[in-house]
Amino acid sequence: MNRRDFLQLAALASFSSLSLTLPGSRGWAYSNGKDDDSSKKLIVILLRGGMDGLNVIAPYGDSQYQTIRPTIALHKSASGGLIDLDSYFGMHPALMPIYPLFQEKSLAFVHACGSPDPTRSHFDAQDYMESGVPGKKSASTGWLNRLVAQLPSKHSPVQAIAIGSVLPRICAGPAAVATVAANSKISKGALDRPRVESAFSEMYSGLNNDIGASFAEGMAAHKTVNQIMASPQDIYSDSDAKEQMIANRGAVSPNAYPNFGKQLATLFRKDASVQVAFVDFGGWDTHIRQGAEQGALAGHLSPLANGLADLVKGLGPLYKDTSIVVMSEFGRTAHENGNGGTDHGHGNVMWLLGGGVNGGKVYGRFGGLKPNDLYEDRDLPATTDFRSVLTVVLGEQMHVPKSALAQVFPGFQANGNVFTS
Amino acid sequence: MKQESAVFLTVQLLFGPALFSTLVVLPSSPVLAASRSKHVSTARVKMAKSGSSMASLGPVSAPKPLTSDQKVVQVLNRLTFGAKPGDFERVKAMGVKAYIASQLNPSSIAENPAVEAQVASAEIIHKKSADLIKEFRLVIAQNNAARKEANSKDASKEEQAMKQKHIKVVADQIFKTRLVRALDSERQLQEVMVDFWYNHFNISINKGLDHVLIGVYEEQAIRPNALGRFRDILGATCYHPAMLFYLDNWQNAAPGTLMVVPGGSTKDKAKKKGGLNENYARELMELHTLGVDGGYTQKDVIELARVLTGLSLPTRGYWGQFYAVRHDQGEKVILGHKIKAKGAGEIEEALDFLAHHPSTAHHISYALAQYFVADEPPKALVDRMAKRFSESDGDIKAVLTTMLESREFFDGQYQNNKYKSPFRYAMSSLRASGSRPAHYEPIYSFLKLQGQPLYACLTPDGYKNTKEAWLNSDALLKRINFATAIGSANFSSAGGNRALSQSSGQSYDQVLSTVNGGQLSSRTSAVIAKSPEPFKMSLLLGSPEFMSY
Repeated sequence: MNRRDFLQLAALASFSSLSLTLPGSRGWAYSNGKDDDSSKKLIVILLRGGMDGLNVIAPYGDSQYQTIRPTIALHKSASGGLIDLDSYFGMHPALMPIYPLFQEKSLAFVHACGSPDPTRSHFDAQDYMESGVPGKKSASTGWLNRLVAQLPSKHSPVQAIAIGSVLPRICAGPAAVATVAANSKISKGALDRPRVESAFSEMYSGLNNDIGASFAEGMAAHKTVNQIMASPQDIYSDSDAKEQMIANRGAVSPNAYPNFGKQLATLFRKDASVQVAFVDFGGWDTHIRQGAEQGALAGHLSPLANGLADLVKGLGPLYKDTSIVVMSEFGRTAHENGNGGTDHGHGNVMWLLGGGVNGGKVYGRFGGLKPNDLYEDRDLPATTDFRSVLTVVLGEQMHVPKSALAQVFPGFQANGNVFTS
Repeated sequence: MKQESAVFLTVQLLFGPALFSTLVVLPSSPVLAASRSKHVSTARVKMAKSGSSMASLGPVSAPKPLTSDQKVVQVLNRLTFGAKPGDFERVKAMGVKAYIASQLNPSSIAENPAVEAQVASAEIIHKKSADLIKEFRLVIAQNNAARKEANSKDASKEEQAMKQKHIKVVADQIFKTRLVRALDSERQLQEVMVDFWYNHFNISINKGLDHVLIGVYEEQAIRPNALGRFRDILGATCYHPAMLFYLDNWQNAAPGTLMVVPGGSTKDKAKKKGGLNENYARELMELHTLGVDGGYTQKDVIELARVLTGLSLPTRGYWGQFYAVRHDQGEKVILGHKIKAKGAGEIEEALDFLAHHPSTAHHISYALAQYFVADEPPKALVDRMAKRFSESDGDIKAVLTTMLESREFFDGQYQNNKYKSPFRYAMSSLRASGSRPAHYEPIYSFLKLQGQPLYACLTPDGYKNTKEAWLNSDALLKRINFATAIGSANFSSAGGNRALSQSSGQSYDQVLSTVNGGQLSSRTSAVIAKSPEPFKMSLLLGSPEFMSY
């Protein structure tokens, strides 16, 4: 079966017509005159380790699927089985919390998607997905940072936020990106002591240079984030007791940070200038005993899906202007390996959520699972470049003009609009 | 347990003991108008892109020769990881010229016994690469076996745990040795040059095998050649298994030949037919020698990759091994230079050719001038250094001498114009204050928080040393928090800070002499003058002056 479903995200035609750009005082501006320039939001979630896309959005209608994944394939069943999407693809049951979004068409998937670079190294593949320049190892900035540099700004210190204590590669670069600790609501350092802050502020405020500006920017971001997180009125009515978790370092598994959706939504809701956020999760490298409907993979998908549902609920009225992208550096082998797991592969499934998404559909050029359809007889090929998807999200949903997109993904030319052709 | 204590210490270090019992009313919020506009950010991205070929046209303003005291400050700033109390007076007494001469000849300087002891105790940096590879493979095999037996549910967790354990071993020896040397080696310029070359020929601890090889790579390929000939360090990095693994040349083989190499851990790999891997060949020209604008083409990358086919991981010894059966037997042409087929000798010929190419002389000189003089180094200086590079057959000491005798190096325009990298910031604050960590984990954590974890730059271009790369608002606040902890540790009374030992008890004035020879801006001086005594050191180490060098 050769399934050729192309993306038609541009029922967004209405949005597209608004995205014509006019040169403005900051280089460009929206043409509809109504849009607040920070009203379009973007949240990027990176799953580090190589999520097994073939068991997240499973091609259960393909005759090969059960054969090549004898112990890990998902099955339809009366209860707890895979969730049918279009009688060819089915969704992992752990994603049930976001299934309503699929039904109301604000959740879409793009299958067989990935980097054009053939590497199967986590190290290289994550690097390329974060730099946005596959194959070029010396690219020093991340594409989200380049995006922030291209966005019209109100000089908010919290326009862009990365969850975690370390600025990830995707956010590296000259544009300011604030960091917010996962789980902990408020991070305090010596500078939170009034006397310390007062003395250093006096020292740095006299500097009429970039170091002085950096200090002011940093203090403002730090205070804003702490204010947002300390505000007594939470946008959630239910108890937050379970949200108090011990902070983990690095890319924690979603189990260790189940309240990420609530925390992100709180940041966006309480400060209108927050426009871009990034969070990453580890634990997707399922070489051994990944399970099927239940098991290791399900154990990671479940808190992720719950968090996403929290996020959408928490965003409330902002959701219509928000794009949420979930991606992973590569997919895994089509065949199950000898240990009940899967090894590093290529094509994967990208998830798109948001008010501007023409969802309820699985997009992408999915060629089937027969050996000849696979890359090197083993992996789903990446038939859609991940940047093609991101280009549409940024261009049509965030209204980033073409000239700016060329800075975000230098050297990348979408081969036609894969979403509409 | 150890993890927990590391976290605890970090918290201690970053937060420091409470300093004040009285609270003072906050001043009004800092003026936000000073925030950098996105225009500036965009301009910076563009600037960064035009890359290494760009040099400023030199001082537009009239030359501002440094005074003799300022010259002492300049050599201490640039030839060391930051002055220690007493350094200023010492160098002033011996003379700037004599100091430079001694630092250029590290073997003439008696080494600090504590440093020698640490180096001797770090077994992992003295081993043979082949042995480290074997040990690593064994650990992995045992781990896989144990995992199957244990019927484990969560593979990634165990892989993670195993890796963490290894990284811990590495950290205890390699990281600590690096820090002890940077902090207390008397041969400071050698250590500074190790930092320069390691980043020039960068490999990352995060890539598989390399997490056991970084130590021997630095100790055997980089450090012995740091002040030697460029051709030697180029050859040493080329043949070192750590580089062969990092940039994939161990898999680079003439198409169709069998992938029978010791690195192939699975049957799958052993059966696999080889093919060209251009990764190392590309970076060898783009980053290590000619530079991105050095005049090579994609065709040259492929030709050089063909030259390098067959150079892979060793079964014994310190260096890589050449597997003739995997080598491309044809003739190659690199930038118009014909290389006749002669097996391993082709690699020597290609390295000779690249090391002597004028683009390489310029590329290396630019990088050195950027590291030691200015983010956009003066073109005239770079040109003179490149000329010296070519005339001296790539003698690094000679090129540095040209730079250190130049008018530009001792011009006021190029003093305190460099922004410290996180590594330099951490080392200089510890050197200045005389504090030494009882445990090094808080320092590793700080560097990680700053975005410069030790040995973990993912990309082969290494950590940058420019302001554009490191001036970041969030990171700046964390530096100040760090400074507050370091500064207060020296004066904290009962109990003290558990993360720090050997508080030197330096007086504020002694430490002040390490910062720009004691010269601070009037504003910084005023703020410090009116602050209570125990807080002065923190203010000094967190001051704008201390961020630059």
